[in-house]
Amino acid sequence: MRLNGMRFYRVSVVAGLVLVAQLFCASASAQTLRLATTTSTDNSGLLEFLLPGFERQCGCRVDVIAVGTGKALRLGENGDVDVLLVHDPLREKAFVEAGHGRYRRYVMYNDFVLLGPAEDPAGVRKSRNAAAAFSAIAGARAVFVSRGDESGTHAKEKSMWRAASVAPGGDWYRETGQGMGATIQVADQMRGYTLADRGTFLAMRDKLGLQILLSGDPRLHNPYGVIPVLNKAISQQGATLAQSFAAWITGADAQSRIASFKKYGQVLFHPAGGKGLPPRADDDS
Amino acid sequence: MNAFFSAETLQICFVSLKTSAAAIVAASALGIPVALWSSGHDFAGRGALVTAFNTLTALPSVFVGVLLYSLLSRSAPLGSLELLYTWPAMSLGQTILAFPLIVSLSVAALNRTDVRLRKEMIALGVGRWHMGWILVKEARFGVLAAVVAAFGRVFTEVGSALMLGGNIRHATRTMTTTIAMETSKGNFELGLGLGFLLLGVALAINIGFHRLQEAKT
Repeated sequence: MRLNGMRFYRVSVVAGLVLVAQLFCASASAQTLRLATTTSTDNSGLLEFLLPGFERQCGCRVDVIAVGTGKALRLGENGDVDVLLVHDPLREKAFVEAGHGRYRRYVMYNDFVLLGPAEDPAGVRKSRNAAAAFSAIAGARAVFVSRGDESGTHAKEKSMWRAASVAPGGDWYRETGQGMGATIQVADQMRGYTLADRGTFLAMRDKLGLQILLSGDPRLHNPYGVIPVLNKAISQQGATLAQSFAAWITGADAQSRIASFKKYGQVLFHPAGGKGLPPRADDDS
Repeated sequence: MNAFFSAETLQICFVSLKTSAAAIVAASALGIPVALWSSGHDFAGRGALVTAFNTLTALPSVFVGVLLYSLLSRSAPLGSLELLYTWPAMSLGQTILAFPLIVSLSVAALNRTDVRLRKEMIALGVGRWHMGWILVKEARFGVLAAVVAAFGRVFTEVGSALMLGGNIRHATRTMTTTIAMETSKGNFELGLGLGFLLLGVALAINIGFHRLQEAKT
């Protein structure tokens, strides 16, 4: 009994010391840059592929928080992250204009695709463009699964319903409130339609019955921008790192790395070279 | 993470373990004295206090997450602590989740000890802390069961860990947040595998607790 008591005591002391040491590590860690980004850039593996290059250059660590664009912008507004990599040009513009961001640089683009079951009950394949496809879905009251989470993809979807002059609602319109991967899976199970970024779809394609039924409409352009956050709660170090990150990811090295990133033999993101706003930033106007 | 058998899986286990262990140590250190105090003597509102702790055992972890986020955000009162998106922030959330459970179950265990023991110790003039220690030893099965239950709750929760830790790779990615992430990516096999691993780790820890209960008899 005494032996066990002593052993327990020793184990507790060692465990306690480890925890205290860990606490100090957490507070005295090396320089870190906090990046809020969308699930699409993280889940596709792009950041895992790109970031070590920047981490070597800056001698820092990049902490990635992968959330929807809406939440990422909110985290930026509260000063909880130093830099954003997101995809909703209209809200990004508003974010910078409201004084929350230093500037916005155009990093890369890919496109959204309209996914649906092979039997295509709404006849989306025959639509002449994306707006017509969305009104066909509403007309047929075919199941459409929406992100419903204020993400960049959700914003694009809402702008497509506006383009189709449809106010979606009713039992055919299902909102998941979840990320892209989860939403695609729900659509797959329900044999419904959904709007997805091409990268996430390609990464999951092998596990899905859904197919790309429509793509290539210029309205389905999906531009990603980088914004160093402007907030007095952010440390000088974080602000400096954020700006060097924005310069780095729009620079020649990272841009050619982006162009070389492939999945299933397909390029997922196309470099955009750090220009201001993408050509079709305001397809609502 | 791409593979189940990798150094990263081990690291994720370690993050989960250290976060929950710190939370359980803190919640026990705070909760057991509170339980001793509120089971020891009668005072006005004692019933209400115990009911309050019983109710708080149902505290939703996502609510604790958003509550602490609103305090720890850089633009919030405690923002200067720079705790958000670190493992101590997750630990803090789990401490809040574990505390009422430890109090509530320990009170129940301590109430089952013989009243005469307390009276005798008071008559003998035993010091308050010494008396507490003897009572906890007397009720050790129930108190350890409270600690085990609280560990089970925090080790498997995902809501507050996701919100306060941010699921940052190599830093705050825990077993539960990894399961949530891999499942959302459609990697169900990996999610299932990690779920069984989590159960295995919980089993190992419970065997440890059980031996501790046996050892002290």
